[in-house]
Amino acid sequence: MSDSLALKVIEGDQRSIARLITLAEDNADEAIEAMKIIHPQTGNAHVVGITGVMGSGKSTLIYELTKAYRKQGKTVGIIAIDPTSPFSGGALLGDRIRMMELAMDEGVFIRSMGTRGMLGGLTSSVYDVVEILDASGKDIILVETVGVGQAEVDIIKISDTTIVLIVPGLGDSIQTLKAGVMEIADLYVINKADRSGVEQTIAEMQSLVDIECSNKKRKTPILLTVAKESKGIDEVLKEIDMHKIFLENSKELAQQRRLRYEAELIEIIRKRLMNFIFDEDQFKGTVDELLDKISKKKLDPHAASEIILDKILK
Amino acid sequence: MEQKIRILIAKPGLDGHDRGAKIVARALRDAGMEVIYTGLHQTPAMIVEAAIQEDVDVIGLSLLSGAHMTLFIDVVDMLREKGLEDIIIIAGGIVPEDDIPLLKKAGISGVFGPGTPVEVIVDFIQKNVKK
Repeated sequence: MSDSLALKVIEGDQRSIARLITLAEDNADEAIEAMKIIHPQTGNAHVVGITGVMGSGKSTLIYELTKAYRKQGKTVGIIAIDPTSPFSGGALLGDRIRMMELAMDEGVFIRSMGTRGMLGGLTSSVYDVVEILDASGKDIILVETVGVGQAEVDIIKISDTTIVLIVPGLGDSIQTLKAGVMEIADLYVINKADRSGVEQTIAEMQSLVDIECSNKKRKTPILLTVAKESKGIDEVLKEIDMHKIFLENSKELAQQRRLRYEAELIEIIRKRLMNFIFDEDQFKGTVDELLDKISKKKLDPHAASEIILDKILK
Repeated sequence: MEQKIRILIAKPGLDGHDRGAKIVARALRDAGMEVIYTGLHQTPAMIVEAAIQEDVDVIGLSLLSGAHMTLFIDVVDMLREKGLEDIIIIAGGIVPEDDIPLLKKAGISGVFGPGTPVEVIVDFIQKNVKK
Protein backbone atom coordinates (compact mmCIF):
# COMPACT_ATOMS: atom_id res chain seq x y z
CA MET A 1 0.00 0.00 0.00
CA SER A 2 2.81 2.41 0.90
CA ASP A 3 4.49 1.70 -2.46
CA SER A 4 1.56 2.84 -4.53
CA LEU A 5 0.95 5.79 -2.22
CA ALA A 6 4.55 6.93 -2.66
CA LEU A 7 4.33 6.56 -6.43
CA LYS A 8 1.12 8.58 -6.55
CA VAL A 9 2.80 11.29 -4.47
CA ILE A 10 5.65 11.40 -6.98
CA GLU A 11 3.05 11.76 -9.75
CA GLY A 12 1.72 14.80 -7.87
CA ASP A 13 -1.68 13.43 -6.87
CA GLN A 14 -3.17 15.90 -4.35
CA ARG A 15 -5.05 13.38 -2.25
CA SER A 16 -2.08 11.06 -1.96
CA ILE A 17 0.17 13.95 -0.93
CA ALA A 18 -2.38 14.94 1.74
CA ARG A 19 -2.72 11.37 2.95
CA LEU A 20 1.01 10.72 3.24
CA ILE A 21 1.49 13.98 5.16
CA THR A 22 -1.11 12.81 7.69
CA LEU A 23 0.61 9.44 8.05
CA ALA A 24 3.96 11.17 8.57
CA GLU A 25 2.45 13.50 11.17
CA ASP A 26 0.92 10.57 12.99
CA ASN A 27 4.22 8.61 12.90
CA ALA A 28 2.57 5.72 11.09
CA ASP A 29 4.68 2.79 9.91
CA GLU A 30 3.33 3.16 6.36
CA ALA A 31 4.86 6.62 6.25
CA ILE A 32 8.33 5.30 7.03
CA GLU A 33 8.04 2.82 4.17
CA ALA A 34 6.80 5.45 1.74
CA MET A 35 9.51 7.95 2.71
CA LYS A 36 12.12 5.39 1.66
CA ILE A 37 10.78 5.44 -1.89
CA ILE A 38 10.38 9.19 -1.92
CA HIS A 39 13.79 10.24 -0.68
CA PRO A 40 15.74 9.61 -3.92
CA GLN A 41 13.23 11.84 -5.75
CA THR A 42 13.95 14.89 -3.60
CA GLY A 43 16.36 17.78 -3.77
CA ASN A 44 14.88 19.78 -6.62
CA ALA A 45 12.70 22.21 -4.67
CA HIS A 46 14.07 25.43 -3.24
CA VAL A 47 12.93 25.70 0.37
CA VAL A 48 12.21 29.18 1.67
CA GLY A 49 11.56 29.61 5.39
CA ILE A 50 9.62 32.63 6.56
CA THR A 51 9.73 33.66 10.18
CA GLY A 52 8.85 36.72 12.20
CA VAL A 53 6.87 37.95 15.18
CA MET A 54 3.12 37.46 15.45
CA GLY A 55 1.22 39.72 13.10
CA SER A 56 4.24 40.64 11.00
CA GLY A 57 2.45 39.45 7.87
CA LYS A 58 3.99 36.03 7.23
CA SER A 59 0.85 34.48 5.75
CA THR A 60 0.12 37.52 3.62
CA LEU A 61 3.69 37.60 2.28
CA ILE A 62 3.44 33.90 1.45
CA TYR A 63 0.18 34.50 -0.39
CA GLU A 64 1.78 37.28 -2.44
CA LEU A 65 4.99 35.34 -3.14
CA THR A 66 2.95 32.35 -4.28
CA LYS A 67 0.92 34.46 -6.70
CA ALA A 68 4.15 35.86 -8.12
CA TYR A 69 5.74 32.42 -8.47
CA ARG A 70 2.62 31.12 -10.21
CA LYS A 71 2.93 33.95 -12.74
CA GLN A 72 6.39 32.59 -13.53
CA GLY A 73 4.84 29.15 -14.01
CA LYS A 74 6.45 27.66 -10.90
CA THR A 75 4.55 25.28 -8.63
CA VAL A 76 4.43 25.99 -4.91
CA GLY A 77 4.02 23.96 -1.74
CA ILE A 78 3.13 25.82 1.45
CA ILE A 79 3.57 24.52 5.00
CA ALA A 80 1.92 26.81 7.55
CA ILE A 81 2.66 26.02 11.19
CA ASP A 82 0.66 27.25 14.16
CA PRO A 83 1.11 26.38 17.83
CA THR A 84 -0.44 23.31 19.42
CA SER A 85 -1.98 23.90 22.83
CA PRO A 86 0.24 22.43 25.54
CA PHE A 87 -2.88 21.75 27.61
CA SER A 88 -5.34 20.09 25.26
CA GLY A 89 -3.04 18.97 22.44
CA GLY A 90 -5.45 20.67 20.04
CA ALA A 91 -4.64 23.52 17.69
CA LEU A 92 -6.39 26.30 15.86
CA LEU A 93 -4.75 26.53 12.45
CA GLY A 94 -5.70 29.83 10.85
CA ASP A 95 -2.97 30.68 8.36
CA ARG A 96 -5.08 29.40 5.49
CA ILE A 97 -7.57 32.26 5.92
CA ARG A 98 -5.22 34.58 4.07
CA MET A 99 -4.48 32.04 1.37
CA MET A 100 -7.90 30.66 0.44
CA GLU A 101 -7.84 32.21 -3.00
CA LEU A 102 -4.96 29.86 -3.84
CA ALA A 103 -7.04 26.82 -2.95
CA MET A 104 -8.39 26.29 -6.43
CA ASP A 105 -5.00 26.44 -8.16
CA GLU A 106 -3.72 22.96 -8.95
CA GLY A 107 -0.14 24.20 -8.91
CA VAL A 108 -0.38 25.08 -5.22
CA PHE A 109 -0.60 22.75 -2.24
CA ILE A 110 -1.22 24.22 1.21
CA ARG A 111 -0.97 22.28 4.42
CA SER A 112 -1.60 23.63 7.92
CA MET A 113 0.22 21.95 10.79
CA GLY A 114 0.27 22.17 14.57
CA THR A 115 3.62 22.18 16.42
CA ARG A 116 2.53 19.07 18.37
CA GLY A 117 4.81 19.70 21.30
CA MET A 118 7.91 20.79 19.40
CA LEU A 119 9.61 24.05 20.39
CA GLY A 120 11.72 26.13 18.04
CA GLY A 121 8.92 27.30 15.75
CA LEU A 122 8.52 24.13 13.68
CA THR A 123 6.88 20.73 14.07
CA SER A 124 8.86 17.51 14.14
CA SER A 125 7.37 15.99 10.98
CA VAL A 126 8.09 19.13 8.94
CA TYR A 127 11.18 17.46 7.44
CA ASP A 128 9.02 14.68 6.03
CA VAL A 129 6.47 17.14 4.71
CA VAL A 130 9.19 19.12 2.89
CA GLU A 131 10.41 15.87 1.29
CA ILE A 132 6.88 14.88 0.30
CA LEU A 133 6.16 18.23 -1.38
CA ASP A 134 9.61 18.21 -3.00
CA ALA A 135 9.10 14.71 -4.42
CA SER A 136 5.65 15.68 -5.68
CA GLY A 137 7.35 18.12 -8.02
CA LYS A 138 6.88 21.48 -6.34
CA ASP A 139 9.48 24.00 -7.49
CA ILE A 140 9.28 26.18 -4.41
CA ILE A 141 8.37 25.21 -0.85
CA LEU A 142 7.43 28.02 1.52
CA VAL A 143 7.54 27.17 5.21
CA GLU A 144 5.83 29.54 7.63
CA THR A 145 6.91 29.22 11.28
CA VAL A 146 4.74 30.01 14.25
CA GLY A 147 4.92 33.66 15.32
CA VAL A 148 8.34 33.76 16.93
CA GLY A 149 9.95 35.54 19.84
CA GLN A 150 13.71 35.63 20.02
CA ALA A 151 14.99 32.10 20.03
CA GLU A 152 12.88 30.03 17.65
CA VAL A 153 15.61 29.52 15.11
CA ASP A 154 14.98 25.96 13.92
CA ILE A 155 13.76 27.29 10.58
CA ILE A 156 17.37 27.61 9.34
CA LYS A 157 17.80 23.88 9.62
CA ILE A 158 15.18 23.26 6.99
CA SER A 159 15.41 26.30 4.70
CA ASP A 160 17.72 26.95 1.80
CA THR A 161 16.79 30.62 2.14
CA THR A 162 15.56 32.05 5.45
CA ILE A 163 13.54 35.26 5.44
CA VAL A 164 13.11 37.16 8.71
CA LEU A 165 10.12 39.46 8.62
CA ILE A 166 10.21 42.67 10.65
CA VAL A 167 7.66 45.41 11.09
CA PRO A 168 8.30 49.07 11.95
CA GLY A 169 7.68 50.10 15.51
CA LEU A 170 9.58 47.35 17.26
CA GLY A 171 12.02 50.15 18.11
CA ASP A 172 14.73 49.28 20.56
CA SER A 173 13.59 45.69 20.64
CA ILE A 174 15.52 45.08 17.42
CA GLN A 175 18.64 45.70 19.47
CA THR A 176 17.63 43.07 21.98
CA LEU A 177 16.98 40.62 19.17
CA LYS A 178 20.62 40.72 18.11
CA ALA A 179 21.20 37.15 19.18
CA GLY A 180 18.91 34.37 17.98
CA VAL A 181 16.31 35.27 15.40
CA MET A 182 18.24 38.28 14.13
CA GLU A 183 21.29 36.18 13.27
CA ILE A 184 19.61 33.67 11.02
CA ALA A 185 18.35 35.71 8.08
CA ASP A 186 19.52 35.31 4.51
CA LEU A 187 17.11 38.07 3.68
CA TYR A 188 15.43 40.70 5.85
CA VAL A 189 12.04 41.97 4.83
CA ILE A 190 10.56 45.00 6.55
CA ASN A 191 6.85 44.53 5.97
CA LYS A 192 4.13 47.14 6.53
CA ALA A 193 6.72 49.62 5.27
CA ASP A 194 4.04 52.28 4.83
CA ARG A 195 3.87 52.67 8.58
CA SER A 196 5.44 55.54 10.45
CA GLY A 197 8.80 54.79 12.00
CA VAL A 198 10.01 52.80 9.01
CA GLU A 199 13.04 55.06 8.49
CA GLN A 200 14.26 54.32 11.98
CA THR A 201 13.74 50.58 11.46
CA ILE A 202 15.72 50.69 8.20
CA ALA A 203 18.57 52.56 9.89
CA GLU A 204 18.66 50.12 12.80
CA MET A 205 18.60 47.14 10.49
CA GLN A 206 21.37 48.56 8.33
CA SER A 207 23.68 49.07 11.26
CA LEU A 208 22.84 45.57 12.48
CA VAL A 209 23.67 44.08 9.09
CA ASP A 210 26.91 46.08 8.87
CA ILE A 211 28.14 44.58 12.12
CA GLU A 212 26.74 41.11 11.50
CA CYS A 213 28.08 40.73 7.97
CA SER A 214 31.42 42.51 8.29
CA ASN A 215 33.34 39.26 7.88
CA LYS A 216 30.92 37.33 5.67
CA LYS A 217 30.97 36.60 1.96
CA ARG A 218 27.51 37.99 1.45
CA LYS A 219 25.78 41.01 2.95
CA THR A 220 22.21 40.26 4.02
CA PRO A 221 19.85 42.40 1.92
CA ILE A 222 17.12 44.47 3.57
CA LEU A 223 13.94 44.83 1.54
CA LEU A 224 10.75 46.81 2.04
CA THR A 225 7.26 45.45 1.36
CA VAL A 226 3.64 46.31 1.91
CA ALA A 227 2.45 42.76 1.38
CA LYS A 228 -1.23 43.63 1.70
CA GLU A 229 -0.93 45.94 -1.30
CA SER A 230 1.39 43.58 -3.22
CA LYS A 231 4.21 46.13 -3.02
CA GLY A 232 7.84 45.04 -3.09
CA ILE A 233 7.07 41.39 -3.83
CA ASP A 234 9.04 41.13 -7.09
CA GLU A 235 12.16 42.38 -5.32
CA VAL A 236 11.79 39.67 -2.67
CA LEU A 237 11.50 37.06 -5.42
CA LYS A 238 14.58 38.44 -7.14
CA GLU A 239 16.63 38.32 -3.93
CA ILE A 240 15.52 34.74 -3.22
CA ASP A 241 16.78 33.82 -6.71
CA MET A 242 20.06 35.70 -6.10
CA HIS A 243 20.53 33.82 -2.84
CA LYS A 244 19.88 30.53 -4.57
CA ILE A 245 22.55 31.34 -7.16
CA PHE A 246 24.92 32.37 -4.35
CA LEU A 247 24.34 29.03 -2.60
CA GLU A 248 24.95 27.07 -5.77
CA ASN A 249 28.09 28.97 -6.73
CA SER A 250 29.61 28.90 -3.27
CA LYS A 251 28.88 25.19 -2.82
CA GLU A 252 26.97 26.12 0.31
CA LEU A 253 23.79 24.50 -0.94
CA ALA A 254 25.15 20.98 -0.47
CA GLN A 255 26.40 21.95 2.97
CA GLN A 256 23.00 23.45 3.84
CA ARG A 257 21.17 20.30 2.72
CA ARG A 258 23.56 18.15 4.75
CA LEU A 259 22.73 20.22 7.82
CA ARG A 260 19.04 19.64 7.13
CA TYR A 261 19.52 15.88 7.04
CA GLU A 262 21.56 16.05 10.21
CA ALA A 263 18.76 17.98 11.97
CA GLU A 264 16.20 15.52 10.65
CA LEU A 265 18.23 12.53 11.77
CA ILE A 266 18.60 13.99 15.26
CA GLU A 267 14.86 14.69 15.38
CA ILE A 268 13.92 11.17 14.28
CA ILE A 269 16.23 9.59 16.83
CA ARG A 270 14.99 11.92 19.56
CA LYS A 271 11.40 11.10 18.76
CA ARG A 272 11.94 7.35 18.62
CA LEU A 273 14.00 7.32 21.77
CA MET A 274 11.44 9.38 23.67
CA ASN A 275 8.62 7.15 22.47
CA PHE A 276 10.65 4.12 23.49
CA ILE A 277 11.27 5.40 27.01
CA PHE A 278 7.93 7.04 27.72
CA ASP A 279 5.44 4.95 25.76
CA GLU A 280 6.72 1.38 25.80
CA ASP A 281 5.26 -0.81 28.50
CA GLN A 282 8.61 -2.13 29.71
CA PHE A 283 9.73 1.38 30.68
CA LYS A 284 6.46 2.86 31.86
CA GLY A 285 6.73 1.32 35.31
CA THR A 286 10.35 2.36 35.67
CA VAL A 287 9.68 5.97 34.71
CA ASP A 288 6.76 6.21 37.13
CA GLU A 289 8.85 4.72 39.90
CA LEU A 290 11.71 7.12 39.28
CA LEU A 291 9.36 10.11 39.20
CA ASP A 292 7.95 9.04 42.58
CA LYS A 293 11.44 8.89 44.02
CA ILE A 294 12.38 12.28 42.57
CA SER A 295 9.22 13.83 44.03
CA LYS A 296 10.03 12.39 47.44
CA LYS A 297 13.63 13.68 47.17
CA LYS A 298 15.01 10.18 47.35
CA LEU A 299 16.61 10.60 43.95
CA ASP A 300 17.62 13.54 41.78
CA PRO A 301 16.69 13.88 38.08
CA HIS A 302 20.29 13.41 36.87
CA ALA A 303 20.66 10.14 38.73
CA ALA A 304 17.28 9.02 37.40
CA SER A 305 18.37 9.72 33.83
CA GLU A 306 21.49 7.59 34.41
CA ILE A 307 19.30 4.69 35.45
CA ILE A 308 17.17 4.98 32.31
CA LEU A 309 20.16 5.34 29.99
CA ASP A 310 21.85 2.34 31.61
CA LYS A 311 18.76 0.27 30.90
CA ILE A 312 18.69 1.29 27.24
CA LEU A 313 22.38 0.72 26.66
CA LYS A 314 22.24 -2.79 28.05
CA MET B 1 0.83 6.24 16.20
CA GLU B 2 -0.55 9.46 17.58
CA GLN B 3 -3.63 10.25 15.55
CA LYS B 4 -5.42 13.53 15.94
CA ILE B 5 -8.86 14.39 14.65
CA ARG B 6 -8.56 17.10 12.00
CA ILE B 7 -11.55 19.29 11.20
CA LEU B 8 -12.11 22.10 8.72
CA ILE B 9 -14.43 24.87 9.85
CA ALA B 10 -15.77 26.92 6.96
CA LYS B 11 -18.36 29.56 6.24
CA PRO B 12 -19.70 29.19 2.72
CA GLY B 13 -21.38 31.98 0.84
CA LEU B 14 -22.16 35.56 1.73
CA ASP B 15 -22.52 35.77 5.46
CA GLY B 16 -20.38 37.94 7.69
CA HIS B 17 -21.20 36.35 11.02
CA ASP B 18 -18.48 34.06 12.28
CA ARG B 19 -18.82 34.26 16.06
CA GLY B 20 -20.53 30.91 16.36
CA ALA B 21 -18.03 29.21 14.06
CA LYS B 22 -15.14 30.65 16.06
CA ILE B 23 -16.61 29.53 19.38
CA VAL B 24 -17.05 25.99 18.05
CA ALA B 25 -13.51 26.07 16.61
CA ARG B 26 -12.08 26.96 20.01
CA ALA B 27 -14.10 24.31 21.78
CA LEU B 28 -12.84 21.66 19.37
CA ARG B 29 -9.28 22.83 19.88
CA ASP B 30 -9.78 22.53 23.63
CA ALA B 31 -11.00 19.00 23.04
CA GLY B 32 -7.62 18.16 21.50
CA MET B 33 -8.51 18.41 17.81
CA GLU B 34 -6.63 20.20 15.05
CA VAL B 35 -9.00 22.80 13.67
CA ILE B 36 -8.32 24.42 10.33
CA TYR B 37 -10.24 27.66 10.25
CA THR B 38 -10.75 29.03 6.75
CA GLY B 39 -12.68 32.21 7.38
CA LEU B 40 -15.57 33.87 5.60
CA HIS B 41 -16.98 33.84 2.07
CA GLN B 42 -15.87 30.44 0.81
CA THR B 43 -17.28 28.72 -2.24
CA PRO B 44 -18.15 25.02 -1.92
CA ALA B 45 -15.32 24.21 -4.35
CA MET B 46 -12.77 26.06 -2.19
CA ILE B 47 -13.98 24.22 0.91
CA VAL B 48 -13.71 20.82 -0.77
CA GLU B 49 -10.24 21.55 -2.15
CA ALA B 50 -9.03 22.73 1.29
CA ALA B 51 -10.52 19.60 2.89
CA ILE B 52 -8.56 17.41 0.44
CA GLN B 53 -5.23 19.16 1.01
CA GLU B 54 -5.68 19.26 4.77
CA ASP B 55 -6.82 15.61 4.81
CA VAL B 56 -9.53 16.31 7.37
CA ASP B 57 -11.86 13.81 9.02
CA VAL B 58 -14.69 16.29 9.43
CA ILE B 59 -15.99 19.43 7.74
CA GLY B 60 -18.01 21.84 9.86
CA LEU B 61 -20.14 24.29 7.90
CA SER B 62 -21.77 27.35 9.39
CA LEU B 63 -24.29 29.60 7.71
CA LEU B 64 -26.77 32.15 8.95
CA SER B 65 -27.94 33.61 5.66
CA GLY B 66 -30.59 31.07 4.72
CA ALA B 67 -28.75 29.60 1.74
CA HIS B 68 -27.92 26.37 3.57
CA MET B 69 -30.09 24.12 1.42
CA THR B 70 -28.08 25.10 -1.65
CA LEU B 71 -24.57 25.62 -0.29
CA PHE B 72 -24.40 22.77 2.25
CA ILE B 73 -25.73 20.30 -0.29
CA ASP B 74 -23.29 21.60 -2.93
CA VAL B 75 -20.42 20.73 -0.60
CA VAL B 76 -21.81 17.21 -0.05
CA ASP B 77 -22.28 16.68 -3.79
CA MET B 78 -18.77 17.86 -4.64
CA LEU B 79 -17.24 15.61 -1.99
CA ARG B 80 -19.12 12.66 -3.44
CA GLU B 81 -18.00 13.56 -6.96
CA LYS B 82 -14.40 13.42 -5.77
CA GLY B 83 -14.98 10.11 -3.99
CA LEU B 84 -14.53 11.53 -0.50
CA GLU B 85 -17.53 9.90 1.16
CA ASP B 86 -15.53 9.15 4.30
CA ILE B 87 -15.42 12.79 5.38
CA ILE B 88 -18.13 13.54 7.93
CA ILE B 89 -20.02 16.78 7.44
CA ILE B 90 -21.69 18.65 10.26
CA ALA B 91 -23.51 21.94 10.12
CA GLY B 92 -24.54 24.82 12.33
CA GLY B 93 -26.10 28.25 12.12
CA ILE B 94 -29.69 29.21 11.51
CA VAL B 95 -31.38 26.15 10.04
CA PRO B 96 -35.20 25.84 10.34
CA GLU B 97 -36.44 22.61 11.98
CA ASP B 98 -38.14 21.51 8.77
CA ASP B 99 -34.88 21.59 6.82
CA ILE B 100 -32.93 19.38 9.22
CA PRO B 101 -34.33 16.03 7.99
CA LEU B 102 -33.75 17.13 4.40
CA LEU B 103 -30.13 18.03 5.13
CA LYS B 104 -29.58 14.74 6.94
CA LYS B 105 -31.06 12.87 4.03
CA ALA B 106 -28.69 14.74 1.71
CA GLY B 107 -25.68 13.54 3.69
CA ILE B 108 -25.08 16.03 6.51
CA SER B 109 -24.47 13.85 9.57
CA GLY B 110 -25.36 16.33 12.29
CA VAL B 111 -27.03 19.74 12.48
CA PHE B 112 -26.35 21.82 15.57
CA GLY B 113 -28.34 25.01 15.97
CA PRO B 114 -27.86 27.96 18.34
CA GLY B 115 -27.85 26.96 21.99
CA THR B 116 -26.29 23.54 21.41
CA PRO B 117 -23.78 22.92 24.21
CA VAL B 118 -20.32 22.57 22.62
CA GLU B 119 -19.83 19.29 24.48
CA VAL B 120 -22.58 17.79 22.35
CA ILE B 121 -20.68 18.67 19.17
CA VAL B 122 -17.36 17.40 20.57
CA ASP B 123 -19.02 14.19 21.63
CA PHE B 124 -20.68 13.70 18.25
CA ILE B 125 -17.38 14.10 16.40
CA GLN B 126 -15.45 11.82 18.72
CA LYS B 127 -18.07 9.11 18.36
CA ASN B 128 -18.34 9.33 14.60
CA VAL B 129 -14.72 9.67 13.50
CA LYS B 130 -13.17 6.25 13.11
CA LYS B 131 -9.74 6.63 14.69
